[in-house]
Amino acid sequence: MEQKLVALSGNEAVAYAFKQAKPHVAAAFPITPQTEMMHKYAEFVANGESTTEMILVESEHSAMSAAVGSAAAGARTFTATSSAGFALMWEVVYIAASLRLPICMGMVNRALSGNINIHCDHSDSMGGRDAGWIHLFSENAQEAYDNGIMAWRIAEHMDVRLPAMVNYDGFIISHTADALKMLPDDAAYDFIGKYKHAYTLLDPENPITVGPLDLTDYYFEHKASQLAAYDKVPGVVQKVSEEFGAMTGRTYDFCEEYKMDDAEMVMVILGSSAGTAKDVIDEYREKGVKVGLLKIRMFRPFPVEYIAGKLAGRKAVAILDRSAVFGGQGGPVFIEIRSAMYGQQVPLFNYIYGLGGRDFDLHQVETVINDLQKVAAGEEPKQISLLGIRS
Amino acid sequence: MAVNLKQLTQREELLTGGHRACAGCTGSNILRQIMLTAGKDTVVGGATGCMEVVTTIFPYTAWRTSFIHTAFENCAATISGVETAFRSLKKHGDLPREREKMNFIAFGGDGGTYDIGIQSLSGAMERGHNMLYFCYDNEAYMNTGIQRSSATPFGAHTSTAPAGTVKQGKEQNRKDLTKIMVAHNIPYVAQATPFHWKDLAAKVEKGLAVDGPAFLNILMPCPVGWHFDTAIGMQLCKEAVESNFWPLFEVENGIYKINQKPKERAPIEPWLKQQGRFKHLFRPGNENMLEQIQQHVDAEWEKLLKLETKDA
Repeated sequence: MEQKLVALSGNEAVAYAFKQAKPHVAAAFPITPQTEMMHKYAEFVANGESTTEMILVESEHSAMSAAVGSAAAGARTFTATSSAGFALMWEVVYIAASLRLPICMGMVNRALSGNINIHCDHSDSMGGRDAGWIHLFSENAQEAYDNGIMAWRIAEHMDVRLPAMVNYDGFIISHTADALKMLPDDAAYDFIGKYKHAYTLLDPENPITVGPLDLTDYYFEHKASQLAAYDKVPGVVQKVSEEFGAMTGRTYDFCEEYKMDDAEMVMVILGSSAGTAKDVIDEYREKGVKVGLLKIRMFRPFPVEYIAGKLAGRKAVAILDRSAVFGGQGGPVFIEIRSAMYGQQVPLFNYIYGLGGRDFDLHQVETVINDLQKVAAGEEPKQISLLGIRS
Repeated sequence: MAVNLKQLTQREELLTGGHRACAGCTGSNILRQIMLTAGKDTVVGGATGCMEVVTTIFPYTAWRTSFIHTAFENCAATISGVETAFRSLKKHGDLPREREKMNFIAFGGDGGTYDIGIQSLSGAMERGHNMLYFCYDNEAYMNTGIQRSSATPFGAHTSTAPAGTVKQGKEQNRKDLTKIMVAHNIPYVAQATPFHWKDLAAKVEKGLAVDGPAFLNILMPCPVGWHFDTAIGMQLCKEAVESNFWPLFEVENGIYKINQKPKERAPIEPWLKQQGRFKHLFRPGNENMLEQIQQHVDAEWEKLLKLETKDA
């Protein structure tokens, strides 16, 4: 497959990926750092490169509501947001999943208020981790683009029919130009396929009622069927990723393993920080330290057995969370992994890092690897630490 | 254009019987009348509220057209999405069945329209979607237990602004949502009641025919929240118009027209007296409140007359 090497920001890359799906409708409201993605998309429409109908709503709550209306009408639909915008969508984020509508969302990860902060962390999407969406994370613009293509196939699979969000780090990925390979429009659209609705409001010969009052006698069964659909996601993600890999040469799975084969110690991370971690891991590898990285691509549904298998038998595992769970036991990634590792004797510990865009630098990775070595040597780990905080 | 009763009654019922509206509810009557006019090629969206709850308890539905409910404050935004999807699917040749036009109707109670949903409504009207939005205004949050809304009239007893020993019901006048909608400069805005069926049918027809959004504000007497005999809901609609409490008027492309001018304006007191929510106003010492209500009704009517004269 001939692919074009281009330099694009993450926002532009996702705008291109979504455009290549030829969506019928986009509904969005601007919020930093998502803005540039919708600017780019609006340019596509203004220049006739895309025939998507855009609904330029007055809030994110209405963006998600209009997206739900559009998808329930049988249209391929997307939106994009960040931070407080996602928080304002909240109520309807759950409804999109409950109505089994395969809406795609560009989720440009940014800290939640307060205080107000426009920079990257994962507290926005993590807050919505139980809402029933598929969450894919990206390390760079290439992965954001690739996830932006694959998300449609995964979400729209008839066994799945669940909304999907493509997470990419605010500013770090969204606003920095990066080299990536882009598929030709035809190849991308052939891969994604023509949209097929599971139901539509727009057929008066076959009227349907969507979103009825659902009480003690049926609500639970509907939730059961939603849970069952979620179970179908991993198989579809693997199949779609394999096909994508065969076409592009870029392979994806639930996670990326970096120098994991013989790793005694493992860092687990999401998003752009993986690149920084890989660099420092390379340095330690040269010194003979057997450390590796497990970068999670699919956080929802959480690939429990897969991750438990990858971490089994390691001497120490450090899990890095770019969001905090107030009053909980560590960050969301840590909570998931500790639960997945129940019954295994692998020492696990957690760092909360990078909140509000605090730079994740090489020294922080060194701290993590030094701690991993101590724990691997038998030292009791501190369960939860803040990394990179002012002393 | 204008329909007669015989024609209306011969049309297909698109809201079936067997829904769970209260005895004496005038809201289901509003839905029925609107659907008789709108016809089958219609998608309806309902905000959370009485009319959504009573028509769609799973596994039943009273709707013979497609219907969508998502939440309380976003019905206009939801129907924006449906309407835009229709235009896009049509443009791309992807409709399930080809058709030139469909009707898009969104509705909410005064809670979903005047209050929590006003942002979503305002946005949808400004964007110019082809939709008819109607509010069934029963002047309080009836579905959650008769709490005050910004549509509740001065002096009315509600569960959150009750008449007690110190306070005498709602202390503020109602918001004039109809005029707020006029200020959106949309092609069609009107006030109606289900008693004035011919007027309502004509307004629905006009609202669906215009290119762009239309808004109807429809008074909906609620026997439970207003505390009246279930037999007199329609009578209360009639008297609300005769007393100028709820004038029937329409604003087409900015031009006001009052559809019914009472020869002699009926006093407001007899109308209030039939409703338990105003009972405390008739206690000794509250005469000034009754006067205040009458003055407000008269002042609003004068304003409306001037708006019409100015246009004429």
